[in-house]
Amino acid sequence: MSTPFYVSPQQAMADRAEYARKGIARGRSLVVMQYADGIVFVGENPSRALHKFSEIYDRIGFAAAGKYNEYENLRIGGVRYADLRGYTYDRDDVTARGLANVYAQTLGTIFSSAGEKPYEVELVVAEVGTSPEGDQIYRLPHDGSIVDEHGSVAVGGNAEQISSFLDQRHRDGMSLAEALKLAVQALSRDTNGSEREIPAERLEVAVLDRTRPQSRKFKRIVGRQLARLLAAEEPATAPTDAADDEAEGAED
Amino acid sequence: MEANTRSTGRLPAAFLTPGSSSFMDFLAEHSPELLPGRRTLPAVQGAIEVPHGTTIVAATFPGGVVLAGDRRATMGNMIAQRDIEKVFPADEYSAVGIAGTAGLAVEMVKLFQLELEHFEKVEGAQLSLEGKANRLSTMIRGNLGMAMQGLAVIPLFAGWDVDREKGRIFSYDVTGGRSEEHGYAATGSGSLFARGSMKKLYREDLTEQQAVTLVVQALYDAADDDSATGGPDVARRIYPIVTVITDDGFRRLTDAEASDVSRSVLERRMDQPDGPRAELL
Repeated sequence: MSTPFYVSPQQAMADRAEYARKGIARGRSLVVMQYADGIVFVGENPSRALHKFSEIYDRIGFAAAGKYNEYENLRIGGVRYADLRGYTYDRDDVTARGLANVYAQTLGTIFSSAGEKPYEVELVVAEVGTSPEGDQIYRLPHDGSIVDEHGSVAVGGNAEQISSFLDQRHRDGMSLAEALKLAVQALSRDTNGSEREIPAERLEVAVLDRTRPQSRKFKRIVGRQLARLLAAEEPATAPTDAADDEAEGAED
Repeated sequence: MEANTRSTGRLPAAFLTPGSSSFMDFLAEHSPELLPGRRTLPAVQGAIEVPHGTTIVAATFPGGVVLAGDRRATMGNMIAQRDIEKVFPADEYSAVGIAGTAGLAVEMVKLFQLELEHFEKVEGAQLSLEGKANRLSTMIRGNLGMAMQGLAVIPLFAGWDVDREKGRIFSYDVTGGRSEEHGYAATGSGSLFARGSMKKLYREDLTEQQAVTLVVQALYDAADDDSATGGPDVARRIYPIVTVITDDGFRRLTDAEASDVSRSVLERRMDQPDGPRAELL
């Protein structure tokens, strides 16, 4: 009879975490950010049909980086959870906090059960409030932990760098065009600091807009509206952009 | 089977199993007791006394469709409720009005709305208008057992067909039989009178405002001859619910708008109690 190798629990968990992190790092990063009228989701996504962002319920949106089939599975699970809960109780009883808890439990159980491969995903669950103070953003890494975020959050391969870039520049009460522009700027920075152009047709943008008259606040921003928002910002911030670049250049 | 929605634990396996995009199919597998059609009823003698909704009318016009309903619910010869709502948005581009057993109908509408929304979220695309109409058919068919015991629900479904770019109306019978109506349609106890009224007034080139007036006239005529249908209640400020669906989506007339149309119809009826006259030939 052969003796199994002993692997310490610490080592086993570290290996699993590294496996998951590597998988997530292969995916493109995305940004979720508060602006004056709600929450905006911005990511680079060459596909028109396979979405990184989607609606879960009236005020709740979902964003994911990592392995598509795994987060798609979680997304549909979330839609079923929310719809069933809203049908059983009331639409107001479906909350981002509840959903984030369920996702955290699900990811945590998968992560720590030896028989299953850890999910290579990182999720964001966001709920738009009636005022900016009521907005909630939760980040859920692969291991089932849950982080309550404010202002802006980035997930995916390049997340740390993008987050620190956003932390310095994000402020409360930005207009949608400003927030969008900032997110795109953050996403177009490579690990080595150089910038590249992300054309509008490769951007996936969605918002949870609290000013929408319908009870369902999630809306995709595509085509002309997206182009208009990206263009609207340029004349106003062109000088500041240049100033920023100069300042960064000086730091380097 | 447990409807594990209260616990904050891990999502049950059924939630993460790839399956159909239908919420009803999911319910049938996971919590069948929540489906209205799955209930078993005891055998009863005679009709059960529960509130019934009455008249729903709809009319198309170039550019959209109007769906409206009166506000009365009756229980036998009694008025059970004076301000019941029987017309609901189904999704962005469609609406459903219900006549029949009020309790079941409202539950059916709630499930129907969720069914369309669930499909849209899972698939990332809307069902076609035909698809929506067929889905409603399936739900009515599921209610046949209860319909046989006197708890029938007969909806009227109207929407803007995004592909064909026109407003369309679908009517149903208790078995779930679906038929597309051209121009105008009505359902419920006052529908005979409403249909007669619209038959004389309807034209294919109505404007949106004229179509709104048409359905209010029809509801007035239904209330005039059917005791279960309520007319505009000026004293309590309860007016019919009128909804308009165009390529801009669903819109419900505000109380002020509904009041304006109802009052102008009422005003004309002071002189002409039977309403507008059609040409003899």
